[in-house]
Amino acid sequence: MSDARTFGTDAHPSPRLRGEGRDDLVVGAASPKGDGEGGAVGGAFSGELPHPRLPPLFADDDVGKTLSPQAGRGDAAYNFAYLDEGTKRMIRRALLKAVAVPGYQVPFASREMPMPYGWGTGGVQVTAAILGRSDVLKVIDQGADDTTNAVSIRRFFAKTAGIATTTRTGEATVIQTRHRIPETPLTEGQTLVYQVPIPEPLRFLEPRETETRQMHALAEYGLMHVKLYEDISRHGHIATTYAYPVEVAGRYVMDPSPTPKFDNPKMDDCPALQLFGAGRERRIYAVPPYTRVRSLDFEDHPFTVQSFDRPCALCGAEGHYLDEVVTDDAGGRMFICSDTDACETRREGAQ
Amino acid sequence: MYVAVKGGEAAIDNAHRLLAEVRRGDPAVPDLTVAQIREQMALLVDRVMAEGSLNDPDLAALALKQARGDVVEAVFLVRAFRTTLPRFGASVPLETGRMTLSRRISATFKDLPGGQVLGPTFDYTHRLVDFGLAEGEQLEPAAEAEPREDAAATPRVTDLLGRDGLIEPSPQDDGTPLGDITREPVDFPCDRSTRLQALARGDEGFILALGYSTQRGYGRTHPFVGEVRVGTVAVEFVPEELGFPVLLGTMQVTECQMVNQFKGSREVPPQFTRGYGLVFGQSERKAMAMALVDRALRASELGEPLASPAQDQEFVLAHCDSLQATGFVEHLKLPHYVDFQAELELVRRMRAEAEDKREAAE
Repeated sequence: MSDARTFGTDAHPSPRLRGEGRDDLVVGAASPKGDGEGGAVGGAFSGELPHPRLPPLFADDDVGKTLSPQAGRGDAAYNFAYLDEGTKRMIRRALLKAVAVPGYQVPFASREMPMPYGWGTGGVQVTAAILGRSDVLKVIDQGADDTTNAVSIRRFFAKTAGIATTTRTGEATVIQTRHRIPETPLTEGQTLVYQVPIPEPLRFLEPRETETRQMHALAEYGLMHVKLYEDISRHGHIATTYAYPVEVAGRYVMDPSPTPKFDNPKMDDCPALQLFGAGRERRIYAVPPYTRVRSLDFEDHPFTVQSFDRPCALCGAEGHYLDEVVTDDAGGRMFICSDTDACETRREGAQ
Repeated sequence: MYVAVKGGEAAIDNAHRLLAEVRRGDPAVPDLTVAQIREQMALLVDRVMAEGSLNDPDLAALALKQARGDVVEAVFLVRAFRTTLPRFGASVPLETGRMTLSRRISATFKDLPGGQVLGPTFDYTHRLVDFGLAEGEQLEPAAEAEPREDAAATPRVTDLLGRDGLIEPSPQDDGTPLGDITREPVDFPCDRSTRLQALARGDEGFILALGYSTQRGYGRTHPFVGEVRVGTVAVEFVPEELGFPVLLGTMQVTECQMVNQFKGSREVPPQFTRGYGLVFGQSERKAMAMALVDRALRASELGEPLASPAQDQEFVLAHCDSLQATGFVEHLKLPHYVDFQAELELVRRMRAEAEDKREAAE
């Protein structure tokens, strides 16, 4: 950007001054930053909670007891899905705005969650804010339901919300994911929640928030096109294989989270609602159902996805995203489906 | 043969059981009590409270026990607990001028009202390992002295300087609500109160290194320690239904007022400027480093050239939080099979193309 040292200026409209992403004190109706866009409604939440409080579900879980006996100082009862209703309301407000402005990064007052930043706290907060008692939750990491972090997050919600969980894409109403989009096509009524490490697609081109905010406001995405062009001139390809930038609804350039570009086409015109949560970076964004999502490319270098020159060694299907597994130290390799549910379903069908 | 598809759940359970066992250590050695940690590892407890943004020594001590002494992990436990607590409001600003001092040092004046109070400090100890401690030695009681006549009045050094206009006035409380990074997303550029909040809960090591960098010329501020004071202050709160302040309790804090040079400008005559640090408990290192970084971050406000990391608020604030930093660094342990596969595929393809080109050229 022009002058990287201009961050002291007030040239850019500040989201916070508009009241965006703010949260309220329990007491004190006065809003700290004026009643702007997305401003907080003062006062404590009154009326009936949408989710009655459940008794803690880990009384029989020795591991949970060992690890978190101190939480709540002997009274381990958390609110449904962990977050208090005030926090959920703040997140839902950000979600509503995100859906209304597809691809725009809405700041929100991200909470410290009982799992580390960078391990899905944004996705977890979004999921916690949208879960209802009748929801069925699926959690995947790298396409698989049984990777450790997916197991951990699924258990977190089974424990704090007591809702049903599944590994079947078709049975789930809410799917939280890291790094993949399920291969089974999503349907209307489903919600896909992405865990996002760096929400800003321009971050590695311009590290300053003050600059990137302005670039988005002006739809000034030339820098991104120059980067893609430089890739082609240097390597003959666009050397971005995951977190491949997309343009949403013809306006905002958006980071699809570090999914492989193989999954980008699934985002386009998708019947499901796609929500993105970045906890550490405190941003939420969204792609509403049936929205145009275009992967950036050039006429003479059209966007292409990865292809694998072999089928899955377990289910035998072709045309799916594969994980490479090293089987020995003599060059032995095995390629298996990354989406464990889709792979298992195919194998069951074959039997 | 490939076996690792299933088993994540059982592995997690077993790892956590093992952790619980390892945390306890040799069962023949007595279990540490929370009170022992709170009393005998007090500075560690202070650090966990400061970076955990929660003044609760017992909770911090328990977190340290649970975390096997890992500071960042203990901070994590405290923060995750803190986030579930209701926020009733903000206290009345602390009046550190009415602090009950346990320590007070000024490097700018040899003597001053209230005097210099050395207090419990490592300063001037010779760092020789005391093997007597290993034997559980008996303590000599500390000496007691009559307080000075003026001990009750300990005005801040910056207030003394301010009377003559030698130092910029402390900004007046104009009633503007302060920022709160725990309730609002950080929005750059942010005001000084927000920066101070971030620094107060920032990682001690990071703040220390940044403060140090300003002393070595990366954003030099010519600092003098106007004063470092450690002691207990009253925390007061005004409940809306009462309309007058009620004492909630007292807490120990460390405050540092750094006095820095400023050449002045066409409009402003030369005067000293302020850098400010305040942390829970006793941590002069953190309070002083914070004051250095606070002053460095005021560079653009004071019209100084911005050229160093410690002057760059996006750089400092976005990276000073130990939880955010450790989370994102350690998340690299999580599976990245899918992205790595995508990169592998590209690298293999580009290598094959390079090979083809080389062969074609030969």
